[in-house]
Amino acid sequence: MLAFIIRRLAQSLFVMFFVALVAFSMFNYVGDPVHQMVGIETSFKEREALREHLGLNDPAPVQFMRFIGHAVQGEFGLSYQHKRPVAGLFKERLPATLELSFVAALLALVVGVPMGVYTGLNRHGFLSKLFMTFSLIGISLPTFLIGILLIFIFAVILGWLPSFGRGEVITMGAWTTGLLTKSGLKALIMPSITLGLFQLTLIMRLVRSEMLEVLRTDYIKFARARGLSNRAVNFGHALKNTLVPVITITGLQIGSIIAFAIITETVFQWPGMGLMFLQAIHNVDIPIMSAYLLLVAFFFVVINLIVDLLYYVVDPRLRIDLGKANGHG
Amino acid sequence: MWWIRACGSIWERLTVMGDSAHPTEGLSLRKGWRIAGTLKRLTDSDIFYSFYHSPVTVIAVFVTLLMIGSALTAPWIAPHNPFDLASLDLMDSHIPPAWEDDGDKRYLLGTDDQGRDVLSTILYGSRISLMVGFLSVIFSMVLGVSLGIISGYAGGLADVLIMRIAEIQISFPAILIALLVDGVLRTLIPNAHSERLAVIVLVFSIGISGWVQYARTVRSSTMVEKNKEYVQAARVIGIHPVLIMTRHILPNVMGPVLVIATIHLAVAIITEATLSFLGVGVPPTQPSLGTLIRIGNDFLFSGEWWITIFPSAALAILVLAVNLLGDWLRDALNPKLR
Repeated sequence: MLAFIIRRLAQSLFVMFFVALVAFSMFNYVGDPVHQMVGIETSFKEREALREHLGLNDPAPVQFMRFIGHAVQGEFGLSYQHKRPVAGLFKERLPATLELSFVAALLALVVGVPMGVYTGLNRHGFLSKLFMTFSLIGISLPTFLIGILLIFIFAVILGWLPSFGRGEVITMGAWTTGLLTKSGLKALIMPSITLGLFQLTLIMRLVRSEMLEVLRTDYIKFARARGLSNRAVNFGHALKNTLVPVITITGLQIGSIIAFAIITETVFQWPGMGLMFLQAIHNVDIPIMSAYLLLVAFFFVVINLIVDLLYYVVDPRLRIDLGKANGHG
Repeated sequence: MWWIRACGSIWERLTVMGDSAHPTEGLSLRKGWRIAGTLKRLTDSDIFYSFYHSPVTVIAVFVTLLMIGSALTAPWIAPHNPFDLASLDLMDSHIPPAWEDDGDKRYLLGTDDQGRDVLSTILYGSRISLMVGFLSVIFSMVLGVSLGIISGYAGGLADVLIMRIAEIQISFPAILIALLVDGVLRTLIPNAHSERLAVIVLVFSIGISGWVQYARTVRSSTMVEKNKEYVQAARVIGIHPVLIMTRHILPNVMGPVLVIATIHLAVAIITEATLSFLGVGVPPTQPSLGTLIRIGNDFLFSGEWWITIFPSAALAILVLAVNLLGDWLRDALNPKLR
């Protein structure tokens, strides 16, 4: 177990190192940082002084180590566009993105799992077929299209929900939340559905196919033979055994929720990190781009790590196989 | 029953000899038979059976072919040319679809803010969407298949290196990779906003975000193939490794690649539409479906829904059809499900 954790940690560090290298080369070699920081009237001499002061004349490895050192402390320099420290900008927008992602993931789980169980149990029911058709649409439609459709129906035609922004937010220390006000909750409905729908259909299909597989196994037959109630069999025995892959996939999907938040935030003008990242791409704001890259990579690596560890905690069989499977993992 | 088989093979040999007595006649006869035989083999095959017993798939194929066909023939079948500035009239802008009260018979699905016919822009737009989709799939496929074969055949350091990069990449969603590569390339290439370069940049970024799946599949089948006798024989008689990879292994690992490519096409079209919608895809002068949706989105609130809803529907139908096709192909070619 310990060897596995150490190997897994080393792997994560390697990924972070690689991403940092990419971010660093973006930061340093895409465009000229000095050119971006100064005005037109700055003399050549002043530019050189600034270059020396920023350490841009040092050898690349030295600069890279310094970049990593700063990044670990959350220091990514000034945004070209906002003329403010990147770290502060991210701190402001992080709550919006995390809140949206969290609600979307929750929605996907709370709705997706029961739908999957239902379609798994009543395979040929009318409602199951309806759910399956609906899930096919959910998988095929691009995220932004779902957002536009929701806006068209609920904001333009019916006028029930706001089409952009976060509504009223309450500040609690470093965190801002829209979960406590009515307008904040109303503003959250459509973006979270847009963001969560794909994950919802994915979870539903996964739970369904796992249920179908588990219901065929012998121990379910024996459980029925013992005269257990349907409820005990379906939920106590079957559902429990489908949860291992569901946990894994859900965990991994949290990462992609954060990535897909870029699209949802753009459609709904949600003031989060994704929207800022997209604006940075439009304006060639390299510090924000490389910081976002590193931050998202960090989220991903941590989530992957937790999921992998969780997998081995939840499923006892894997712990036994681990010794044999060494070197293949 | 060895003697029946022996008689059969003697008889076969005799008939072949008979054929070669009249080479041209025998050849054309056999060629005809072969075409008929291929057709018959096709109609008798499991795949064809599962094809025409699945009405959804038949419809999906029909819709896909219809969309591809109308995209290819857009310059001839489109009622207007939306890129011919001379034919545009600003007086004709913001006209609703023909069946609405203010509609105009000339513009079946209405016009956008510049007076372009929405139906025509959809036809021309799906042309660009499909082109970028196909090109990115081909790019991914070429990159992924070659890296996969090299990785599987060469092994060692090359294998470790390629698969490590693949591992890192697959832990990020494809759309994020495409967005990043696109963003960086736009910064590096000063005039990436020009039409042709924008398409190349787009194809490159979407293509590079999707190669991993091909590489992984091809690598594992290559590792199986490379230990088979025909590859060993080829190696023994001294054929260059590159030739072994391209002529011997490649044809034998392409089966699953085609299934992946079909499913990937839907993903590539979605990715293109998403990037264009976010404003980092193709420029508005050569709009794809995604660009059209983005442009139309600005008019949604003023009640001019047709500018964005019709391209959205076209995109949804196209992606749904290709997805259904890919799903069916995957199931039909999966030996486990037969």
